Amino acid sequence: MTVVPARVALRHRLADRGVDMQLLLLVPATLFIAALFIYPFCYGLGLSLQPAQGTVFSAYQQFFTDAYQRDTILTTLRIALPAALLNVVASVPIAYRMRGRFRGKRLLTTILVVPITLGTVLTAEGLLGFLGPTGWLNRTLIDARLIDQPLTLTHNYWGVFLSLVITGFPFAFLLVLSYLSGIDPSLERAAATLGAGWAPRFFRITLPLLAPGLATTFCLTFVLAFSVFPSAILVGDPSGSTRVISIAAYEAAYVRYDYAGASAAALIMGAVELVVIAVVLGLRSLLYTGTTSGGKG
Amino acid sequence: MARAEVAVAQAGKGAPGGNGPRARKVVASPAAWLVWGAVTIFFIGLAGVVGSVVVNSFGTRWFDTWLPQGWTNDWYGQAWDEFTLLPVLGVTLTVCLLVTAVSVLVGVPASYVLARRSFPGRRAVYLMFLLPILMPPITYGIPLATVLYKYGLAGHLSGVVLANLVPSIPFVILTMTPFIEQIDPAVERAARMCGARTAQIFLRILAPLLIPGILAASILVVVRTVGMFELTFLTAGPDSQTLVVALFYSMSASGIRAQQSVDAMAVIYTLMMLILLVVALRFVNPTQLVARVKEDVE
Repeated sequence: MTVVPARVALRHRLADRGVDMQLLLLVPATLFIAALFIYPFCYGLGLSLQPAQGTVFSAYQQFFTDAYQRDTILTTLRIALPAALLNVVASVPIAYRMRGRFRGKRLLTTILVVPITLGTVLTAEGLLGFLGPTGWLNRTLIDARLIDQPLTLTHNYWGVFLSLVITGFPFAFLLVLSYLSGIDPSLERAAATLGAGWAPRFFRITLPLLAPGLATTFCLTFVLAFSVFPSAILVGDPSGSTRVISIAAYEAAYVRYDYAGASAAALIMGAVELVVIAVVLGLRSLLYTGTTSGGKG
Repeated sequence: MARAEVAVAQAGKGAPGGNGPRARKVVASPAAWLVWGAVTIFFIGLAGVVGSVVVNSFGTRWFDTWLPQGWTNDWYGQAWDEFTLLPVLGVTLTVCLLVTAVSVLVGVPASYVLARRSFPGRRAVYLMFLLPILMPPITYGIPLATVLYKYGLAGHLSGVVLANLVPSIPFVILTMTPFIEQIDPAVERAARMCGARTAQIFLRILAPLLIPGILAASILVVVRTVGMFELTFLTAGPDSQTLVVALFYSMSASGIRAQQSVDAMAVIYTLMMLILLVVALRFVNPTQLVARVKEDVE
């Protein structure tokens, strides 16, 4: 008799704090993520600390002492940061113009979304064909007597960069447009009533309200750009100027079968990426993060 | 309609000479030209990229000329036979269906709890679901593939499905949360007052209301899974490749295949993705994925 009330009381106390049977609905998803994401990560961490020879940290040591491996971090950042930045910055004015309703907006949005469907291989083949030495672009520029020699835009940094712009820009644009249409236009109209021109209206009202959204967009676009793997191989120069860190990790795992080295490279890649995101989100937390839909006034 | 035309005039035309009633038009017009100029350049580049693949996939020999010497559609037939496209499409379809079914079944209840309840550790659970989306697939793909090989799952369909679940379940959870928040909790409370159990509330009240959201989430998961290269690449065996991976192999092993038949296959892939995307756009307004706002802004 004494046990039952105590149990009920515990259940009530837990329910007061929000813990009850309904939380069991979380269990399947949590199990999947724990088994397929967290466990492999810990396994990889363990693996990276058990290299075939040397001490505990020698897989990491090897990565950072070998310039050919270490420089992949810089190479990746050199490709991913400018590409993500360009995609976000270019989206803002275009999305700003596309707010509101006008004829053909849906069509324009659809055309901007289409590159998402292209896939890496079509983008790569298209870039190789279009920008190649005998491609349409070089042909046009030479015929217009703007250049004498064909430009080299493929199998180097620019090929990879452009493929990231083609696949990343539509994504960034959609997110920015979505954040921007969440900002109440009456705020800007109020400023206009008070005599503010478009520049103060944009820089002192819209941009500050948009900034947190831009930070999120940057992070997501950066993740896409950071994991550039197929296009770095197909349109890039995978053993030289576009040897990104994912290629280093892949080679360690599937070419050299050095699983400790591969796990170390994958974890370093994740750490570098999370550092960049943490910096961006940290800057974001300094900004205003309230409602953007305007009060009742 | 008149208002829409004014908006177009302001956005698109903006000729400096136009004696607009407001100063804004004159000031904004160079910027407008710049913006639409940039959009046009992007579109021209895009058209060039897509066009050269499409033209090549229909061309015979194309070396140093504007257009190929002749036209043919043999490459499509060749691509279909050479790449054994039918089984590849079968694998792609199977993987997509399994991944979508499991991630919806597992993700929707979880997103319900995360959208409605507050409990200790909620932020930690949320972060756990956010991380797979914030990490590049290669970073967790390599350790995951190692684990899956250890248990003999990689190299088969099951490994590919399991690997693709990692980003899909969080994706369903994040997409479904706004849909669930839109449903008034009073409806559920009323059902509970009438004696409905949790299972009944889920099946008879929430599921019908959530069907649009579930459809949207599943179509987006299908689009992502068809396009997901890295995870499938790391875990697939020879008979469990999806279309992207088969395409990548056929292109990176250059010299073995005619470039035109790779292009033909890439065109087939894009058409497939395009159909999926058009279907998806019928259910989701892409601009409302993040912030659910009224369409009528102006």
